[in-house]
Amino acid sequence: MTATHQRRVVRWLLGTAVTVVILGALVVWVNVRGETPVEPVVAATAASPQAIERGAYLVRAGNCVGCHTTPGGARFAGGRGVETPFGTVYAPNITPDSRTGIGNWSSSEFWRAMHHGRSKDGRLLYPAFPYPSFTYVTREDSDALHAYLTSRKPVEQANRPHALHFPYSTQAALAVWRALYFRPATFTAEPAQTAEWNRGKYLVQGLGHCAACHSGRNVLGATSLNAQFAGGLMPDATWYAPSLATPKEAGVQHWSRSEVISLLKTGVCALASVSGPMAEVVYTSTQYLREGDLDAMAQYLASIPTRKDESRDAKRTDGDTLARGRKVFDQYCASCHGDDGQGVAHIYPALAGNRAVTLASHNNLVQIIRKGGFAPTTLGNERPFGMPPFGQLLSDDEIAAVTTYIRQSWGNSAAPVSSLDVLRAR
Amino acid sequence: MGALRYIRMVLWSFFGIRRRSAAIEEQAKVKPLGLAAVAVALVALFCLTLWGLAKLAIGSLGMTPAREAPAGATSGAQAKPTASVENTMAQRMQACVVCHGKEGRATNAGYFPRIAGKPQGYLYNQLKSFQAGQRSNQAMNHLIQHMSDDYLHEIAKYFAELDLPYPPAHPHGLTPAQQRVAETLITKGMPERQIPACISCHGENMAGRLPAMPGLLTLPADYLIGQLGAWRTGQRKASAPDCMAEVANRLFPEEIGAVARWLSSQTLPTGIKPAAASTQPLPIRCGSGEQ
Repeated sequence: MTATHQRRVVRWLLGTAVTVVILGALVVWVNVRGETPVEPVVAATAASPQAIERGAYLVRAGNCVGCHTTPGGARFAGGRGVETPFGTVYAPNITPDSRTGIGNWSSSEFWRAMHHGRSKDGRLLYPAFPYPSFTYVTREDSDALHAYLTSRKPVEQANRPHALHFPYSTQAALAVWRALYFRPATFTAEPAQTAEWNRGKYLVQGLGHCAACHSGRNVLGATSLNAQFAGGLMPDATWYAPSLATPKEAGVQHWSRSEVISLLKTGVCALASVSGPMAEVVYTSTQYLREGDLDAMAQYLASIPTRKDESRDAKRTDGDTLARGRKVFDQYCASCHGDDGQGVAHIYPALAGNRAVTLASHNNLVQIIRKGGFAPTTLGNERPFGMPPFGQLLSDDEIAAVTTYIRQSWGNSAAPVSSLDVLRAR
Repeated sequence: MGALRYIRMVLWSFFGIRRRSAAIEEQAKVKPLGLAAVAVALVALFCLTLWGLAKLAIGSLGMTPAREAPAGATSGAQAKPTASVENTMAQRMQACVVCHGKEGRATNAGYFPRIAGKPQGYLYNQLKSFQAGQRSNQAMNHLIQHMSDDYLHEIAKYFAELDLPYPPAHPHGLTPAQQRVAETLITKGMPERQIPACISCHGENMAGRLPAMPGLLTLPADYLIGQLGAWRTGQRKASAPDCMAEVANRLFPEEIGAVARWLSSQTLPTGIKPAAASTQPLPIRCGSGEQ
């Protein structure tokens, strides 16, 4: 090897090393920039009862209990897993236990988690904790949340480590992800809009973290502003969170505000009812929100710009499948949903013209037929009616046929669903 | 034969190929107006036949054209209402009958347990257990996950108050030795292994005991075996102290099989109710049975 050749190799290696170091430094800088130093001191004086009460309400609005409590487990003690394509992320204990919970967290450290997505010990947090939304929450609200959570009874329950695949399990990968997709942001009111509209936007975009489910995600699990409220499959790929920007899906641009309020407050309205993950949201969160806040949210939701609808009317399926679907429908569905899919207002949803039925994604319809369910019990709907879990009775083939029949009858025109589709929609 | 000639000529013209001399020869024999009339009639007939065939084909494929959707409909609010739905618990609980049978009256075959007539306290405890994941059944866990305690109490009360006939007895198919084991466990227990008699908690005639001990007769054998197995593996849990977990762990698998098949084969007269709450302490501490 000649000297020139050697020099060239050394120069090349040096160049690469310098690039790596610069890129690494850039990623680190992007991850921590804008942070003010945290004060690790826990306030000696207890928070005011007003702050705690405010926090109790905001905890509902943010549906903290939804992820930070397992079924039957102690409230806020964590342990519930969020299944994602990258592995399972387990929600931590957020009771004020000093060893396993957030008892030692100062309000400033709590704020850093909410706003910057970093833990007390400086670790980067996984965005299954929806800090891309929570970053819009004000410091004042963050302090109230902290005041309420730390006023609860401490529960000693060790956190379950995440079960993520390599390389997603590493902080380095997370740092790169954050460098690409996360910027801490502050909510700024739009002066051209009313105070109510801005309040609605603050709740929907920030604490309510509606975008965490109702937005499209890219292959790395990031939601983008381009796909904001464009609808997307839940991270575990079971249910589809319909688009809030498309009147053909869950957009409420053409609804009256009272219908939106009723749906969020009681779980049912004349036009729709909630099921699946949204039933949980109503049950643990939105039913407790003040009418004024729901009205504000409805105002903002109605103003979300409509996306261009790209769906086309589907081809009709062959008569044999439709005939089989109709047979299943007549035997099991018609007694409640009506011979012509007309339903009974507030009790059994109509299927004719129902947006949930004709979504491009057939997931929700298959889930509902297979699992059945009740609307959540709420103050406005204390004794809901239910639908049987037909997965106990019908084969995948029968479910496919009846799903196709429902999607292509009474003026509905959506793509057919095959047995394989049904099998996949587990 | 004039008409036939006209028809033959038109049909030849449809076909389009003919010897010129024959055509000219025939043309000389007919009136042009009549020929035109026959031609129009035949064309109409031809079109009608085609249309009929197409309709037949569409009909046989089930491709009836879709009706117009009501303008701007998002759901059935604008659609005509069905016959009014009864505002009753029975109607609300239609979600249960697919598995638990009409009015919650499942038979002793299959897997699903009868829930009609079980003590209200027992049914409520089970609903809470399903909600808290102490009992696992995907369908049950899903159905009641977003229900208030008030509604769960009402559901339990509704099914507890149903007074419906039990299915008839059927042969248990046990050997005499197996039958002896089953009957001993049920009426006397095995004190030497700290196994109390079933009847000491579940009622003298095994129809259950208030407030929260279930009746066990006529339940499907597979269900009973499944539950005792779930207690042994820790998949089913009741409030501590979990008496049935202890009993299930003290039983031998073959004893579980015999008892389950014996219980399943029996019947009960209509109108029988769970026994009154015991004034004596139960032979074994039972977290859920005392609530």
